[in-house]
Amino acid sequence: MIVELNGREVELEAGATVADAARAAGIDPERRGIAIAVEGEVVPRRQLAAVRLEPGQRVEVVEAIGGGAPDRSDGRPASGLGPERFELGGREWGSRLIVGTGGFRSHGDLERALVASGAEIVTVALRRVDPASEGTLLDVIERRDLFVLPNTAGCYTARDAVRTAHLGREAFGTDWVKLEVIGDDRTLLPDATELLAAGEELVEAGFTVLPYASDDPVLARRLEAIGCAAVMPLGSPIGSGAGIRNPYNIRIIVEAAGVPVILDAGIGTASDAALAMELGCDGVLLASAVSRAAEPERMAAAMRDAVAAGWAARHAGRIPTRLHARASSPEEGLAELT
Amino acid sequence: MSEGTNGARGADLLVVGAGLVGLGCALEAAAGGADVLVVDAGGVERASEVAAGMIAPVGEASWGEEGLLAAALDSARRWPEWARRLEERGGEPVGYRRCGALHVALDRDEAAELRRYHELHSELGLESSWLAAGACRRLEPGLSTDVAGGFEAPGEAEVDPRVALAALRSACAAAGVRVRAARVERVLTGGGAARGVALDDGVEIAAAAVLLAPGARLSALCPPGSEVPVRPVKGEIVRLRARPGEEPCERIVGSERVYIVPRAGGEVVLGATVEDRGFDLRVTAGGVHELLREAYRAVPEVAELELVGCAAGLRPTTPDNAPAIGWTEVDGLMVAGGHHRNGVLLAPFTAETVAALLRRDEVPAAAASLSPRRFAASGARS
Repeated sequence: MIVELNGREVELEAGATVADAARAAGIDPERRGIAIAVEGEVVPRRQLAAVRLEPGQRVEVVEAIGGGAPDRSDGRPASGLGPERFELGGREWGSRLIVGTGGFRSHGDLERALVASGAEIVTVALRRVDPASEGTLLDVIERRDLFVLPNTAGCYTARDAVRTAHLGREAFGTDWVKLEVIGDDRTLLPDATELLAAGEELVEAGFTVLPYASDDPVLARRLEAIGCAAVMPLGSPIGSGAGIRNPYNIRIIVEAAGVPVILDAGIGTASDAALAMELGCDGVLLASAVSRAAEPERMAAAMRDAVAAGWAARHAGRIPTRLHARASSPEEGLAELT
Repeated sequence: MSEGTNGARGADLLVVGAGLVGLGCALEAAAGGADVLVVDAGGVERASEVAAGMIAPVGEASWGEEGLLAAALDSARRWPEWARRLEERGGEPVGYRRCGALHVALDRDEAAELRRYHELHSELGLESSWLAAGACRRLEPGLSTDVAGGFEAPGEAEVDPRVALAALRSACAAAGVRVRAARVERVLTGGGAARGVALDDGVEIAAAAVLLAPGARLSALCPPGSEVPVRPVKGEIVRLRARPGEEPCERIVGSERVYIVPRAGGEVVLGATVEDRGFDLRVTAGGVHELLREAYRAVPEVAELELVGCAAGLRPTTPDNAPAIGWTEVDGLMVAGGHHRNGVLLAPFTAETVAALLRRDEVPAAAASLSPRRFAASGARS
C-alpha cells in the first residue's frame, strides 16, 4: 500500500504500523525527541507499534527537540527519570521538572538555573515576550536547546486565552499550550468555567492542552474528559511558596487520572517538589521558587534532585507509618553479656 | 587630531551616543584635553529621557550582584560633586536632590518579602532602617492605610534626567565637545584596531579612539571580536503633575510593583514596567493601568494629580545586569553600555572610569569586575 510520509509517497506492506512507517523513513520510532502524527493526530508513543496505517494516509514525523537532549555540561544525570518513562503530549521526556522563565533577575541567572534544573520543557509567557524580537529570553532557551511551552498567563477570559494560544502556535510553531485562565489578579486562582471552555475549544482546534487548574478532583476529571494532555493542579497560589495545601486532593486527582498529573504552582522549596512526586504526580512545574531565590542556580539544582528523589521514593515501596517503634537492628540472638 | 576621510573632520575620541553616559564620558575626556566628537541620531529611544532618575543604590541592591552594587555605591557618592561641576561648567541647573526613599509593603506577604531585602541590606552594610506601619505613615502621611511596614533608605537621591541631560549638553559645549546629529552605521576597523565610524549616509569619520555608548543598540554596533551582549528591556512610565501643596510624597516611595518619584518642580513619575519585548516602544493600556493602579494602592492621592503623559524606553541590559565599561579586544575601541536600570545612577562612575582608562590612569576599584571582556570569556550572549 502507498502512504504519504513527510510529503513523499512511500510503499509499505499491507498492515504496516506507524512504527514501520517511521523505520521506512530511516527514523527510529523509539528515539526521544520525535513525534509522529497520522492525518495530523499525534500518535502516543506506546501505540506506535500498534496503530496500523490505511492506504493513502498522511504520516508526519516531526523533530520535537532539535538536536536531542539539552546540554548537560555539568555532567550530572538527568533528573527524575526512573525506569518508568515520562510521557507527556505523546512525547517522551528526560526530566520531570518543568521550569517557568518569569521573575529571574537577569538572563545570566535564568540560563544557569535552567541548566542546573535539568529541565527540558520551559514555559514562556506569550504576553510578556515577543517571539519575533531578538535579544529576549528566547535566545537563552534556544541556545540551551529547550522545548518552549507557551503559556497564556495574564488571560482572564476564555476568548483571550484561546486567542493567545493561537498566537503562540503561529509564533512558536508549536500546538502545545499551558492554558491559564485567571480569575482575579490578587489570588491568581484559575477560573474553572473559563478554563473548561477554553480547553474544549483548543483541544478541538488540535492543541496539546496542559491546563493550570485548581486542586479540584472533579475539575481534573472534566479536563481530562475534554481531551487535555495532562492536568496541572496547583499546590497553592502562584508565587505563594506555600507548598501543597491539600495533599489529599492531589492524591485523589492522581488516583483518577488517565493522563499525566503535573503539580503546578505553590512550590516554595525542595521538600514541596519531593512531596508532589511522592503523592504520585508525574511532574512538577515551578518558577518563583527558583527565580526569586537568593541563589537561583543552587535552588534549581535542589529542585532537580528533589523531583528525582520524590519520584524514586514513590516507586521504591515506602514502609507504612506506625504508631510505635520497630527497631531496625535485630533483637534476636543478642549476645548475653553476663 | 586625526584627519577624517571623505572630508569629515576626525577626533581624538569619537563617542557614539549622546545620552547621560555618552556625554558624561565625552565631557571627562574633553576636560582631560582630548578633542572629542559625539555622534548621535537623536530620536525617541534614548533611555536617559525616559528614566525616572533615581540615584538609589540601596533600593536596587539584590542577591548575587555585588560587583554592580560596588559601582552603584561609588557612583552615588560621586553624584553631588559631579552635579556641581556640570552646573559650574555649563551654567545650567542639574537638579540633584537627596530626597531619600521609603519602600513600603501593602500587605503581610509584601512585608515578608520586603524584610528579606532589608535583611540583605543589613548583611551588605547598606543604610536602611526598618519602620513599622505607623512610622512609615508619619514619614509620608499620603501613604495608604494598608501599609504594613517598610524600610527607609535616607541616602537615596533623584534627578530629572532630562534636566540633567540639558545641563550636561551645556557643559559639553563649554568644554569644546562637538556633537554631530547622524546615525552611526558601523565601527571602522583596520589591522585589528578601531579607526573611526561610518555613518548611514556613507560618510566616514576617523578617530584615534572610539567609545560606544549607544544604549540598547550596543550589540549591533560592536565589530567582530568585541561583542557585548546587550538586549533592550522595555520600561513604561507615567508622568503626573502636582500643583504646589499637592505633592503626594516627599521622598521616593516604592512598593512591590511601582515607584513614585516626586520632583522639585511638581512632576511626579510613576515607573516602571519591565518587559522583554525587543525594540518595542509602544505604551500599552495594560502597562499604564498597572502603574496607575499600583501607585493608587500605595498613595491614593495620586488620583488627584494631572496626567501629563506616558512614555516607554529601552534599558540596555547585559546577562548579569551589570554594565560593560572599558576597552574591548579591538584596539582603540571602548564601550560604556549595558547600564540596565542604573544608567542615571552610574553616569558619574562610568565617566570617571572611561576618563581614567583614556589617561592610562587607575580606574575606580569597582570597575575591575565590569570589563566588557568578561563576556568573551563566558561565551554567553544576551
